[in-house]
Amino acid sequence: MAAAGARWNHVWVGTETGILKGVNLQRKQAANFTAAGQPRREEAVSALCWGAGGETQILVGCADRTVRYFSTEEGRFQGQKHCPGGEGTFRGLAQVDGTLITCVESGIVRVWRDNDKEASSDPLLELSVGPGVCRMRQDPAHPHLIATGGKENALKVWDLQGSEEPVFRAKNVRNDWLDLRVPIWDQDIQFLPESQKLVTCTGYHQVRVYDPASPQRRPVLEATYGEYPLTAMTLTPGANSVIVGNTHGQLAEIDLRQGRLLGCLKGLAGSVRGLQCHPSKPLLASCGLDRVLRVHRIRNPRGLEHKVYLKSQLNCLLLSGRDNWEDEPQEPQEPKKAPLEDTETDELWASLEAAAKRKLPDLERTQGALQTRRRKKQRPGSTSP
Amino acid sequence: MAKTGVNSGSRGKKGLKRKAAAEEPQEAAVAEDGATESGVQPPKAAAFPPGFSISEIKNKQRRHLMFTRWKQQQRKEKLAIKKKLKKEREALGDKAPPKPVPKTIDNQRVYDETVVDPNDEEVAYDEATDEFASYFNRQTSPKILITTSDRPHGRTVRLCEQLSTVIPNSHVYYRRGLALKKIIPQCISRDFTDLIVINEDRKTPNGLILSHLPNGPTAHFKMSSVRLRKEIKRRGKDPTEHIPEIILNNFTTRLGHSVGRMFASLFPHNPQFIGRQVATFHNQRDYIFFRFHRYIFKSEKKVGIQELGPRFTLKLRSLQKGTFDSKYGEYEWVHKPREMDTSRRKFHL
Repeated sequence: MAAAGARWNHVWVGTETGILKGVNLQRKQAANFTAAGQPRREEAVSALCWGAGGETQILVGCADRTVRYFSTEEGRFQGQKHCPGGEGTFRGLAQVDGTLITCVESGIVRVWRDNDKEASSDPLLELSVGPGVCRMRQDPAHPHLIATGGKENALKVWDLQGSEEPVFRAKNVRNDWLDLRVPIWDQDIQFLPESQKLVTCTGYHQVRVYDPASPQRRPVLEATYGEYPLTAMTLTPGANSVIVGNTHGQLAEIDLRQGRLLGCLKGLAGSVRGLQCHPSKPLLASCGLDRVLRVHRIRNPRGLEHKVYLKSQLNCLLLSGRDNWEDEPQEPQEPKKAPLEDTETDELWASLEAAAKRKLPDLERTQGALQTRRRKKQRPGSTSP
Repeated sequence: MAKTGVNSGSRGKKGLKRKAAAEEPQEAAVAEDGATESGVQPPKAAAFPPGFSISEIKNKQRRHLMFTRWKQQQRKEKLAIKKKLKKEREALGDKAPPKPVPKTIDNQRVYDETVVDPNDEEVAYDEATDEFASYFNRQTSPKILITTSDRPHGRTVRLCEQLSTVIPNSHVYYRRGLALKKIIPQCISRDFTDLIVINEDRKTPNGLILSHLPNGPTAHFKMSSVRLRKEIKRRGKDPTEHIPEIILNNFTTRLGHSVGRMFASLFPHNPQFIGRQVATFHNQRDYIFFRFHRYIFKSEKKVGIQELGPRFTLKLRSLQKGTFDSKYGEYEWVHKPREMDTSRRKFHL
């Protein structure tokens, strides 16, 4: 049941215990998926990204340096790929043109051929980005461009098809008013659409915008929020703002045109580990160490929409970008049956009354069955083990 | 109008009863009586216009009097109802319906979805592999370091000494202005499992930081109601060296479980029942009460207890993942009063 309905899950969350959870906000159900059937802490999910072909496959990066492939259509894990090299957990996962890009904490970025049946082949390309990487992000508009940044590791943009040198290497800001070097700790990076700009949020509670197209390598805009390290960031749909979260569970929307705070979101009690906005609707999904997945509405009015308690600490999430959120599609058999019978009955009503009367008991029975099936589905379910 | 005004004025002290329905003829009768008699006035049913309330009387003394009269009447009525119910219960005997349970804030507690189900496998796995797993698997035994904030005063020092007698295998060290971040690696290298820092403000201890080492969570508590041994009435003799038993009460939610496990990991596994000593951490309404007792069983069902040891109350402020790092550490739970304390019936532990 859970596996069958997996494709309709709205949010996929990876946990520290190695379980991938699919949450259906319409039905208010959460389902657990594990590769081995049992949760294992060695498989703690550290990175999630969509696979090839729309939103039908999820790439799950685990702490034991394997990338597992999960199919949302079938609701089970399909294969895995071991990606050795470097030390530390995955800090970024991406896929492009049938290849898989992985980045680990020690700064090794590798591009692998995406044939998941094979055990481990040699990487197609290897880059060394510098130690202490906190995030590697792929540009959704130009999939061969990636950006990396980390603790004492400045923002760099790499072109995987180009040379070994980064396309853009950011420069640190000037020394502060005490003439001390400002430390660098890029925690999250996002590419702004329709331009070459990048936004980063740092562990020193700064939000910076870089523009590779401009001659200056220093940030174009800098804004600060709060007193605690910012751990996650996401772009809002359409509007020129980002939403950042810090280690105290505070979420804030910051305008990128002026660098000012637009508003805050309440509710989280623990450090924010994952944030994602829906591409068109004003919805924001957030997950963190307080073991709860929250979906907020960002605009008119700003507030909490859904809150789901998932029993493990949540590390990262993926929000489905599809539009038919509210309209829960029926299961595949039903749409085929219902219109067929409707057209048949219409014709029958038009032509023969006797035939229609004969059809009626069948229709009632099947309609009744449909309704009971529908009723069963709409009952709020509990989490399945 | 004027007459009623005069009458209500003269009626002032004695003849007034609480408000009743307006009775015109009685009012007229009383008015005449009031006009003629000066001092003592016979208590008659007062007639007030409907919609009158005691709070509209401008004279404070008279208003107060009316109010006390009304209160007395309410109390009388309540007692009468109680007596009647009691009589009915006695009359029915065995067939009487069960007594209704009074509502308390504890039984009106808002449903908390994070309450741990004992059969839950995911939570069981989470707890079996968390930072306390090595203690609960009996691979490590606790070794505690107790210290204070810098330059502690007498009360705090004495509390630390008494705590070290309560917690076995604990050592008190004077904090010579050292940074916690520097103390922690030293503790880890010397095989300490927990660090307790008692924070002091204005000569009284008011905070407790409990950090599990090597990489365990750090809990920050507010401490209040600290009573040292000499301030406890009818206490027993000082505690002995026996390892005490532990009681953890009412830690039901997931957060409560984590905190409860933190407390449990302070004490060694094998309590010595010969010592008959027990340390209790009782959680009620998010306040954790710590008590240390010596018990003796007088018979199968009767126990006598003597309170030894210090006594204090804790309230959790934050639970941080990792060892002490208040600036850059990641918090698992932070208490936010304006968001979390909106309902009197919602608790988190």
